[in-house]
Amino acid sequence: MLALDAAFSALADPTRRAILARLAKGEATVMELAKPFEMTQPAISQHLKVLEDAGLVSRRLDGTKRPRRLAKTGIELMDQWLAILRQALEKNYDRLDEVLAGMERPKIKRGEKR
Amino acid sequence: MSKLTLQTEGDTHVVVIRRFAAPPEAVYRAHTDPKLVQKWLLGPAGWTMPVCINDARPGGKIRYEWTNGQGRGFHLTGEYLELEPYRRIVHVERMHLPDPTSDNRVETRFDAEGTGTLMTMRMTLPDAQTRAAMLASGMEGGMEASYQRLEGMI
Repeated sequence: MLALDAAFSALADPTRRAILARLAKGEATVMELAKPFEMTQPAISQHLKVLEDAGLVSRRLDGTKRPRRLAKTGIELMDQWLAILRQALEKNYDRLDEVLAGMERPKIKRGEKR
Repeated sequence: MSKLTLQTEGDTHVVVIRRFAAPPEAVYRAHTDPKLVQKWLLGPAGWTMPVCINDARPGGKIRYEWTNGQGRGFHLTGEYLELEPYRRIVHVERMHLPDPTSDNRVETRFDAEGTGTLMTMRMTLPDAQTRAAMLASGMEGGMEASYQRLEGMI
């Protein structure tokens, strides 16, 4: 659970969620990440450090470049987002089943014309 | 076995499919009558929806306010774009957490299937990043509940 605690804190920030979503589409360097987010490289590096410490992002050595990519936990977390949303929806729709079961038939009161 | 499927499609869509025993007319009404919506669209256990405005006509406003009864809450606003009674609804919505998220365009279809309904909800987000944020918004809406769910999952 500890790793996931760190993961959730890391994702409390919308920029970090966006970085993660960008990396879900493929690896990218700090420079490549800084551009679309209109942030300085140090600011992006700071966010990346939080994501790396949380085990969501890892770096690869490629000559002088260090492209970042989603770590295994990061990929799992993306799947869990779907699972969490799925469970929340399931709960709602189970409740809706009950509401539907309790609903009256189309409201045509006795003696009333359509 | 679960009746619900939730899938991402392409870069910007999320598709939810769910079957109901009730006919399309009833399921449609449960999505557009505020008194009914208030009973089921609640999210995590312990949350309620004290404010439910649902003006089901083209251009009509949607406003849902949720609270956990302990000082935490968030709300959603939206507008209806198209309504074909008992068959199809198109609306846009956004969460306020408290900053508004990007617009989520939602098309909901209610197709008769035997005596029941096959509901297909297709969400369209502006881009992949927004979709990821939307998928993660369950965490903001009910962090504790998400933790509990995660614990149950791992």
